[in-house]
Formats: sequence, C-alpha cells, structure tokens
Amino acid sequence: MKILVTVKRVADYNVKVYPKADGSDVEIANVKMSMNPFDEIAVEEAVRLKESGNATEIIAASIGVSQCQEVLRTALAMGADRAILVETGAAPEPLAVAKLLKALVEREQPDLVILGKQAIDGDCNQTGQMLAALLGWGQGAFASKLTLGEQETEVTREIDGGLETLILKLPAVVTADLRLNEPRYVKLPNIIKAKKKLLTTLSPGDLDTVLAAQLTTLKVAEPPKREAGIKVADAAELVAKLRNDVKVI
Amino acid sequence: MKNILVIAEHDHATLKTATLNTVSAAQSIGGEIHILVAGNNCAGAAAASARIPGIAKVLQADAGHYAHHLAEDLAVLIAGLAKDYSHVLAPATTFGKNLMPRVAALLDVTQLSDIVGVESTDTFVRPIYAGSLLATVQCSAPIKVITVRSTAFAAAASEGGTAPVETVPAAAPLGVARFARQELTQSERPELTAARIVVSGGRGMGSGEGFKLLEDIADQLGAAVGASRAAVDAGFAPNDYQIGQTGKIIAPELYIAAGISGAIQHLAGMKDSKIIVAINKDEEAPIFQIADYGIVGDLFKVLPELFAELDKLPPA
Repeated sequence: MKILVTVKRVADYNVKVYPKADGSDVEIANVKMSMNPFDEIAVEEAVRLKESGNATEIIAASIGVSQCQEVLRTALAMGADRAILVETGAAPEPLAVAKLLKALVEREQPDLVILGKQAIDGDCNQTGQMLAALLGWGQGAFASKLTLGEQETEVTREIDGGLETLILKLPAVVTADLRLNEPRYVKLPNIIKAKKKLLTTLSPGDLDTVLAAQLTTLKVAEPPKREAGIKVADAAELVAKLRNDVKVI
Repeated sequence: MKNILVIAEHDHATLKTATLNTVSAAQSIGGEIHILVAGNNCAGAAAASARIPGIAKVLQADAGHYAHHLAEDLAVLIAGLAKDYSHVLAPATTFGKNLMPRVAALLDVTQLSDIVGVESTDTFVRPIYAGSLLATVQCSAPIKVITVRSTAFAAAASEGGTAPVETVPAAAPLGVARFARQELTQSERPELTAARIVVSGGRGMGSGEGFKLLEDIADQLGAAVGASRAAVDAGFAPNDYQIGQTGKIIAPELYIAAGISGAIQHLAGMKDSKIIVAINKDEEAPIFQIADYGIVGDLFKVLPELFAELDKLPPA
C-alpha cells in the first residue's frame, strides 16, 4: 500500500504575525517558517502505518515556493521515503492545490492520501475535502483514529458533540485532527539520512494543471483590541460585579 | 442577482441553531433566500425552516442515504442545485466544514471559510492566523460557496414565516463511504456553542478531578463546560469540550476561564465573549490582557469560594 502525505510550509505556530504596513497582506518576510502542525500529524500517521506493516511506501508532497524543500526534508527525516515539490509562486488557493494534488495522485496512484485538516495560516480547512471531491473518493475529515483494511479503511472523526466513525472504500482521503497521534521528534541521524533521499521538483505545467485564482485579498488588518479590565480581590467581589455591574448572572 | 441557498444543519426533526445564524448572514448579503433540508424523514426540520420569517422557499430532499449527512452524497445533491444560485451558505460547524469544500470543488469554484462579515455580494471578511488577523477578500467565482461563523451573526427569528416546502429529488448515492457509528457526549448541560455562560478549564486544573469543581459551578449557573487544548491534550477533558482555533468558536455572554494561560490559539475561540473572567495564579498570564475581571490566585482556593458565593446568591 502506497500513501501520499502532504505538507505545507507556514509561519511557525509560536510566531505572532502582523499585517504589512500598507495593509495589503500578511507580512511573512523574515518570519520563522515550519511545517504546518496538522501536516506533522499526517506524516506521523503515514510513518506509523508503514512501521506497522500496513504501508510499503510514503511519498511526501508540498506545493509552493522553493523553500518548501525544507519541510519536505523534515517529512523525509520523520520517515517518508521520497518527496515531490510542485513549485509555484505565491500561495495557490485550496482549489488549485487540490487540482495539483489530483494530478499527483493520478501519477503516483496512492491507495490513501493523508493531509492535515487545515493549515494554521489561512485556516481554510478545505484542501482534503476538495481533493476527495475531484477524485470521487470518500473522505475522512478531522480524523482522530484510522484503521486500515485491504479494501476499506475505518475512520473515526471529530464532530461537534462527539465522534463519528465512517467506513471508506479505498482509495480514500483522510485529514488529520489533533488527536490522531503525537508526532515524533526527529533525530539527528534521520535528518542526515533524509538529505540523501530523493526529492523531485515539478512545475504545475509538468502536471498539465493551470492555476486560476478566484480570490483577491483587499485588506488584512488586526481585529479591534479588547481592553484589559480590572483585577478583583476575591470571589465575593467577582460575584458582586457580575450580578450588579454587568448583570450577567 | 440570483437567489441564495442556505444548507440547513439539522437532526431531521429540528434545526440546529447555527442554521439561523447562517440565514442571518444570507440576509445581510441580500436577495431571495431558499433553504435546503436534506435528510431522512426530515419533514420536521423542513417545517421548522419554513417557519423562519423571510424565507421564500424550502427545498426538502428526503432519502435513506442522507440519514447521516455524508458529505460524499450531500455534495452531489447540492452541486446539482447550486447552479441556480449566486451564493450557497452553510454554518462553519464540523457539518459545514466537512461538506462545503466538497461542494465547491464539484462546482469548480473556490470556497470561503468561516466568514465573520459581509461587505458586499462578493466581498467578505474572514479570520486568518487563528483570528489574530482579519482578511477582507473579494471572490470572483460565479457561485460563492461560503461557510459562516455563527457567533458573528445574530440568529434569525425562528417563528412567524410560512414558506412553501417543495420536494426535490435525491441524487444517486456515490457509494464510497458509509456510516458505522456515532458516540455523542451525553450531557444535561447546554451545548457549548449555544450556552449563555461557559465555564472553562485549562492545564492549571491539574487533573480531570479538578474539572469537577468547574462542573459544579457550571451547574449552579446553568452553564456549559469548556476546556483549552492543553487541558484536552492532558486528558483532563474530552475533545468536544475544546475551545479555540482547532476546537469550537464561541461567544457567550459570560466566559469564565480557570487555569487557562491564554495562548493565541485559545483566544481565537472565545475572545468575542461579552464578559470574560480569568482566574489564574500567574499574574502575567496573557488571558488577563483581555479579561474584564481577573482574580490572581490558586484556583483550588478560588473556585470553592466562587461556588460558595454563588450558592449564597439570591435568585436574580
């Protein structure tokens, strides 16, 4: 069984981002970049499936600028076998990413594609579902548990109010939620080994895919700031304020 | 301009409140609004949709394979209907987030996630980077496929309308996914996203037992119980309690945060609450920067005191 896993390069989880001075977009020049945390979970799941003998090959794919090679090397160090970068200019929209991934799927013929459920920059939460739609495959979005069979996979999903379990025909698309697993720390020898693994670079043209944008960002701004309130001495004072001043209890 | 289609989220018998918030977003776009209720024996939810004032028409698609709202099957139905509409809206709940990108891809259009504002028929405001920034985005797609953050739009009225209910044929099942089972958290407390008051705990709660203190206070206040990701990761609370970028987005009238430091990912889920109370032993915790009322102290001392004070309180 072959698994395709996708990784996106995003501003690091711990970095605070700001609008550009002219408010036209997000300022990400000189910001520390890392692998999208949900994609780390996706890679980890693929590697565990291989370690447990359920998968034979893991291909990591990224779409974006040339520096995305860094996050692909991280995926290789975690245990992916080889990597593909589809080099594009500025960040393509989720639909364009899904189209490029569809073309990669047709080329590589994986039995399972695992993506992070959302990227923490755009917070779109779209690409996996879009890819499944374009392929006509089943989708296990927001997965917290994945059990792989020969013809089918059982996916437990995080839904509002609890959990839902679906059975998907293979091939299928799964998007990783937080509780699917806890990604491993990459060890130095694996980082060195990853440098020797195959990383192929393709262009959208190589995949016969034309990227069309349908969204224009007009403005990026910080939301109105909430003012800090006051400190109260104890529970009695708090209850009095909530009852008498703001009347919420 | 063409009409707007709102995809109802429902349990076949009744509508989920987020549907009413989505209708309200549709009203701020402007135009004739239709509601699609796709389910199994869903006449109850269709009738509830018809009672929303200002709805022109309710479409009801009833079929066995819509019983569990599988995105694979619903997306085919909606994409078929969507060609007659300028906008297709659904709530940005796990239901809408699972479904709408699939609809958009079938229509070969982009999708707008989690809008919090409507500037015009083609321009919308949506949070990015866990809500630390707001992007104003213009969409050139012929059909705008949108999910709506329910806390950003007041719920539309639920009674008074008399829209006609029209039956639409179900689409053939895709046959790639089937429902196996569901485990829903059983609770007597109000649903997190609909609660007027939320009492929430973080890593500072120290244990699952610590949450018992919060639950007692929640029951005094008729509140829901929430948690930060740190508390969920530590196993103190179930995942569906989680509030934040990767959990639920809420905006209750009163949010009480106990032992929550206030990571940006958590603030993303609750910073639009009307009144925020923070209880934390660390005076420097970022949560105090957005709290209306803060108590610096050991929550294992403060929470029992709060319980006792609330117990003394005469009914409002």
